[in-house]
Amino acid sequence: MKSAILAGALLAFATATSVHAQAIKLADVAELSGGGATVGTNWKNGIDLAIEEINAKGGVLGRKLEVTHADSQSNPGVARAQVQKALDAEPYVLLGPGYSGSVKVTAPLAAEAGIAQIMGGEAAELTQAGNKFLFRTSFGQQSSMPKVANYIHDDMKAKSVAVVWVNNDFGRGGRDVVVKELDRLGSKVVADLSTEAGQADFAADVGKIKAANPDAVFVYLNEEESARILKELKRQGVTAPLMGETTLIGQKVIELAGDAANGARGHVGLTTDAPVDLIKTFRDKFAKKYNYVPDHNGLKGYLAVYMVKATTEKMGKVDSKAFADTLHGLTIKAADEPGILMDVTFSDTGDIDRQSFLVEVVEGKQVVKQVLPKVK
Amino acid sequence: MSNLFDLLVAGLATGAIYALVAVGFTLLWQTSQTINFAQGEFVMLPAFLMLAAMHAGAPFWLAIILGILLSMLLLGLAFKMLLVDPMMRHGVLPLAIATMALAIGIKEAVKQFFSAEASPFPSIVPTGDVSILGHAVSLQSIGVLVLAILAVSGLTALLNRTSLGHQMQAAAQNPTVARIIGVPVERMILLTFLINAFLVALASLLITPIYLAKFTSGEVLGQAAFIAAIVGGFNQVRGAIAGGLLIGVLDNLAAAYVSTQYRAAVPMIILIAVILFRPQGLLGRAEERTV
Repeated sequence: MKSAILAGALLAFATATSVHAQAIKLADVAELSGGGATVGTNWKNGIDLAIEEINAKGGVLGRKLEVTHADSQSNPGVARAQVQKALDAEPYVLLGPGYSGSVKVTAPLAAEAGIAQIMGGEAAELTQAGNKFLFRTSFGQQSSMPKVANYIHDDMKAKSVAVVWVNNDFGRGGRDVVVKELDRLGSKVVADLSTEAGQADFAADVGKIKAANPDAVFVYLNEEESARILKELKRQGVTAPLMGETTLIGQKVIELAGDAANGARGHVGLTTDAPVDLIKTFRDKFAKKYNYVPDHNGLKGYLAVYMVKATTEKMGKVDSKAFADTLHGLTIKAADEPGILMDVTFSDTGDIDRQSFLVEVVEGKQVVKQVLPKVK
Repeated sequence: MSNLFDLLVAGLATGAIYALVAVGFTLLWQTSQTINFAQGEFVMLPAFLMLAAMHAGAPFWLAIILGILLSMLLLGLAFKMLLVDPMMRHGVLPLAIATMALAIGIKEAVKQFFSAEASPFPSIVPTGDVSILGHAVSLQSIGVLVLAILAVSGLTALLNRTSLGHQMQAAAQNPTVARIIGVPVERMILLTFLINAFLVALASLLITPIYLAKFTSGEVLGQAAFIAAIVGGFNQVRGAIAGGLLIGVLDNLAAAYVSTQYRAAVPMIILIAVILFRPQGLLGRAEERTV
């Protein structure tokens, strides 16, 4: 009897070990607390949803996906330590972080380990440093900001613009590109205001905007700070039209800012309100699982996992060293892989080309005003 | 000029909230030598208690009442009985360190039980503008300022014009003599803890619609109020009020006219200057203890 129990236990152990060995291990490092908690939580939930779907359909090449989540606390120093720890476990692919500053300090570690890193950062410089292992899930600023500047100049007819940005890699990168583009187009930057990440009080900044009396205000902050400045802009009665990027008109910002978000416009690479059936389906599944509507970071996390699936199936094998080479130049069509939601092409630098949207917040909802096609 | 007026109004509104919190600092110090480094978290928590009440189905007005009562129970009574009283006999420093630990505990508990993400919080004051001297001033700023002034005026009247207030003053100035003449010193000390809890709950109600409800939101407030209390005079309620308003206005002016990056340094510079040249604070008196 004893030997039978022992044999059973050994069999169970061996089976568990075998299943574990067969699983494809992904490591996620995200902003699960701190100033970027909205970003990281959405990103994580998107990842978990995609993995659940893929595993329910048999996994990738017959192997299940497994992910470990680590919290960067929205701090680049912590992110670096967490990524190093994650890489020590030799994951197939590294997912995250979402903050550009954290991506900047962790990308060299992943590159050195030869592990592809699929991240949420949008700072222009991230993919311009020759890193062959870094991939975006959304547009870099060099792709999105010219569209923003064109819209401010051509559609808003703004001759003077106040630019408010967060003083980190993300904000500085966006500010540099948009100011250059506005200058090229002939729109004058009459106020150039840097703010701090995590800043709670925007009364002084909005006071400066009021004093500058611009035709339009470009706001480029993280989500929570965007909500705070929207409330302050409303409180101080600023009526100039507001333009931003995804971080100004995301779902979380609308929830936090309430009425103050109405009228804000933004260029978004990803939105759950996009007139795309696959995105609507994703939105419904996400809302059903987590009881809230995700912002673009939920989409990014979801797409990151489907990038892993599509690339691995393209290779026909699980090979972390060949992963990055395969993804460079790859076009993934939504018709072939519905989880990718929209056709997307990856450049040799890890940047993406995909259709995008111009959105306005109307009565607390994102309304897509224009669809901008894929460039190539 | 218009910009300066807007900045002054916004600064005074923020400063009035700092003053509420700073007054609490001085009250606790005066009556029980408690330096409460969890004071910022004390401001953060009531908003979450009110949000929890609203999630449970309570209307906003009821959530406010429940939030204030729960705050007085947790941050007044329980804080005194479970942390201050047992630690007090070990001296001021261990108690101060214990409040630091409490700050961490409150933050982590809120993060764990509510969320690490910010949550919206309704405003008790309607949005909109009124015209004052030709300037459009937001109702929210005025409402915050008026409510804070009412609270502080009420407290000052209580301390200076009622028998209860005189007993509190006596308990703070000389507890031994106060006991001899029949003042219930322990009850007076408990009362200051309850008043502090009420003030932080009110501050929470006023500031959270602007700052959003987030587990980290007490960090900035606690630091600003602590500086305000020292700058104004740690042993005077009127000093804490002046310090709060001064720091609120200077913070806004520094952000506008110096630099957003260095705005946090300006109150620190003032703090250092006060410690060097007038250690009792702008309105404080050397070695005097009164509430």
